[in-house]
Amino acid sequence: MDAAAMKELGAALAIGLGTIGPGIGIGLIGSKAMEAMGRNPEAAGTVQTNMILAIAFAESMGIFALVIALLVKFV
Amino acid sequence: MESIQNFFKNLWERFKAWVEANPRRAAIWAGAIILLIISFILPVDQPHVSLAGEPILEDGPAWFTNSLLTTFIVDIILIVLALFATMGMKLIPSGWQNFMEAVIEYLYGLSETVAGQNVRKFFPWVATIFFFVILSNWSGLIPGVGSIGIYHSGGHGTEEPIEEGAEDHAQSLEQRLAMVDGNLMIAAPAAVDAAPAAAEEGEKYLVPLFRAPSADLNMTFGLALVVMVMVQVWGVRALGAGYFGKFFVWRGENGFMKGVNGFVGILELLSEFSRLIAFGFRLFGNIFAGEIMLATMAFLIAFLLPIPFYMLEIFVGFVQALVFMMLALVFWTVAMISHGHEEHDDHDHHVVDTHDPGMGPDTGVQGTVTG
Repeated sequence: MDAAAMKELGAALAIGLGTIGPGIGIGLIGSKAMEAMGRNPEAAGTVQTNMILAIAFAESMGIFALVIALLVKFV
Repeated sequence: MESIQNFFKNLWERFKAWVEANPRRAAIWAGAIILLIISFILPVDQPHVSLAGEPILEDGPAWFTNSLLTTFIVDIILIVLALFATMGMKLIPSGWQNFMEAVIEYLYGLSETVAGQNVRKFFPWVATIFFFVILSNWSGLIPGVGSIGIYHSGGHGTEEPIEEGAEDHAQSLEQRLAMVDGNLMIAAPAAVDAAPAAAEEGEKYLVPLFRAPSADLNMTFGLALVVMVMVQVWGVRALGAGYFGKFFVWRGENGFMKGVNGFVGILELLSEFSRLIAFGFRLFGNIFAGEIMLATMAFLIAFLLPIPFYMLEIFVGFVQALVFMMLALVFWTVAMISHGHEEHDDHDHHVVDTHDPGMGPDTGVQGTVTG
């Protein structure tokens, strides 16, 4: 396999495998947040704010994978 | 047959009646169709992706990049906005002052739930960070940023010669022949492949005049560095030199606990650096990837397709600014608490005024908060 094909494959694998973890993580965060809001509707605003924060943490892992994929493909 | 004939009968009159019935609707349709035609006649260039900000002037200083220019412009916009908000301040606000007060009040409330009683110290910093980051994120969406630019000549070494693949080696010989002998024209089929490679030497490529500052790793890393240095500063201010005891913990009942706590201390030290990198890359990755996505969508179909991605980018810009601000606030708050005891009290502030029986045993974060 020549270098060009490996490059494309590398970029695709980087982003493909890299978003499995964050996807599962964000789903877990969301489900727990929903649960918490259901148990205590008065604190829903607070829970939601912290949920967004936690989602940003988890999403940043996916963004790292995206940056590597872009680096491999375009640079 | 008859219905087709009926359709063409009086077509012009019916069209004129339709236009006169609602002229604005007709103008919108006309504009849309013209844009659709233009998007096919004038296609967008393939996105020229550059990881770093590029110097604008070809023979000018290397540090004067397009993202630096946009940073200056964002600074000026921020100062002008602040001046407008406070010019002739009234006790009962109206207009722009009213809007800014609403935004600041919202941010202050948000910071208060996180930072507790340290808000007064932190709020000017975090509000400035928020406004600066959100303006620099959104500045990448202004039409003209990224598309208006200067053409530079001279090869850019990052263009792939790799795309020629296996026959590269055989061709490069003829390529060199074409170079050395200035007017040697190679009529072989290899000329077709050699031409783009030879043209790279003097190829003109567009250097955008503006670029979103947060799409430049220098800016995001600079902000991250400022935040992490202030973590140490505020920790030392609050706790004195004992602040550094966080990293070298040698407490514990028996030898095993001492070892575990020591390991936790080292993890804390490492997490300072990992937070720095994560901070810098999170903002950069989001905005840079968004820019590339917008450019690619415009390159694919320039009509209507980029619109949902624009909305996504507006939302992402806002969320990333908010996240940067909240994370800075959280790190600064955590740095100021003394770590003699296990639980982190600021987490209890998050439940507003109800006693939540679901809180359970210590759910606070004991060790590292990486991300």
